[in-house]
Amino acid sequence: MLKVRIIPCLDCHAGCVVKGIRFTNLRMMGDPAELAARYEAEGADELVILDISATIEARNHQVATIRAVRERISIPITAGGGIRSLADCEALLAAGADKVSINSAAHHDPDLIDAIANRFGTQCALVAIDARRSENNWRVLINGGGVETERSVAEWAREAAARGAGEILLTSWDRDGTRAGYDLELLRAVTSTINIPVIASGGAANANHLAEAVQAGAFGLLAASLFHDGDSTISKIKQELLSFSIPVRL
Amino acid sequence: MNEVWVVPTGTANLASVLAALTRAGAETRVATSPSELSRARAILLPGVGSFGAAMAKLEAEGFDEVIRAKIEEGIPALAICLGMQILFESSEESPGIRGLSILPGPLERFPDGVRVPHVGWNTVEPSNETRFLRRGDAYFTHSYRLIKSPNNAQAALTTYDAPFVSAVEYGNILACQFHPELSGPWGLDLLRQWIRQEEAPC
Repeated sequence: MLKVRIIPCLDCHAGCVVKGIRFTNLRMMGDPAELAARYEAEGADELVILDISATIEARNHQVATIRAVRERISIPITAGGGIRSLADCEALLAAGADKVSINSAAHHDPDLIDAIANRFGTQCALVAIDARRSENNWRVLINGGGVETERSVAEWAREAAARGAGEILLTSWDRDGTRAGYDLELLRAVTSTINIPVIASGGAANANHLAEAVQAGAFGLLAASLFHDGDSTISKIKQELLSFSIPVRL
Repeated sequence: MNEVWVVPTGTANLASVLAALTRAGAETRVATSPSELSRARAILLPGVGSFGAAMAKLEAEGFDEVIRAKIEEGIPALAICLGMQILFESSEESPGIRGLSILPGPLERFPDGVRVPHVGWNTVEPSNETRFLRRGDAYFTHSYRLIKSPNNAQAALTTYDAPFVSAVEYGNILACQFHPELSGPWGLDLLRQWIRQEEAPC
């Protein structure tokens, strides 16, 4: 039976893991390779490593970070943040990433999704969608949540899947940092409209939140502060999920 | 001897494969030409990407013949994910393209209505005790799979919508649909066992 994936996210800036609500008031959380090794030992099923500064200099930091993490761990790594071209993807994959996550660049140039899928395979192309509720719908945000577009989230998810995305990383900007749980309506709206796996992100503070997201159709569960703050450990969360009869890897 | 030659299948996650092999105790070399590969005493076919593209690359660079010859020679061969798939005859992913055809059978896409790719950790269940395969959770990411194991091969099954063949041991070949290089301590153990066997005199 396929297990639900628990995916810690490391937001990095200048080679350090940082934490902040909506990318502001950043606090240093430590060395990415150290944290990654700890998460693997605790039972993380894969890691997402995002460079949140997304500048040219950040690209070099990100490549060095991925290389350092890859030397330490034997689980999948998704690299993201500021990826704009196939060359960016190539550099991150060569450093040890297994997948790349694209967000704003895919919005500006949707052909980039097709290009990544064709060149590296569908399993490599993870499309990250930042969503914010707008009346009875959700709109796509870009530039780290700074700009709201006219695009509907469900339509964009369908287009991304049709173009060759292998997974969708769906972040609720309404819930991110609130600890109020994932946006389940958003999750249902997206998982019911596409037939590729969806990773839920934004708002998780406990095992109940994770279990609800699985029931709403999520195949993967992303969280950052839940694990960074030491509020809970991955192994403890997995035991709790198991007690709800949700299949996890122990 | 613990030198493993990696076939350049154009795979995207080569760095992960090399890192895991190194951690498992192997010296890794990436073959730059078929003649280099022909000196190998152990080969690894990694692979993510598409069946047709991988075959086209191997044939254009002349690696297909050497791979067949090395496997016939009996040296240890490990094939991962797409590397496993191209050992077979064909795949619904690339109709009309012939695989290496070392093992019989077609790869078929998961049926409509099943969420694909099949991504994540799933249980590998060997049919009985095999040389390398043990029960455990491995990391998968693929949209095509083998349904029927070749005759005389030892196999492991994994269930998504229904059971499929997640690994095959056939003579000197170990072929895995999952990614041992991304399967944590369980995957590293498998790689260590595989690397260790080639140290024994054949």
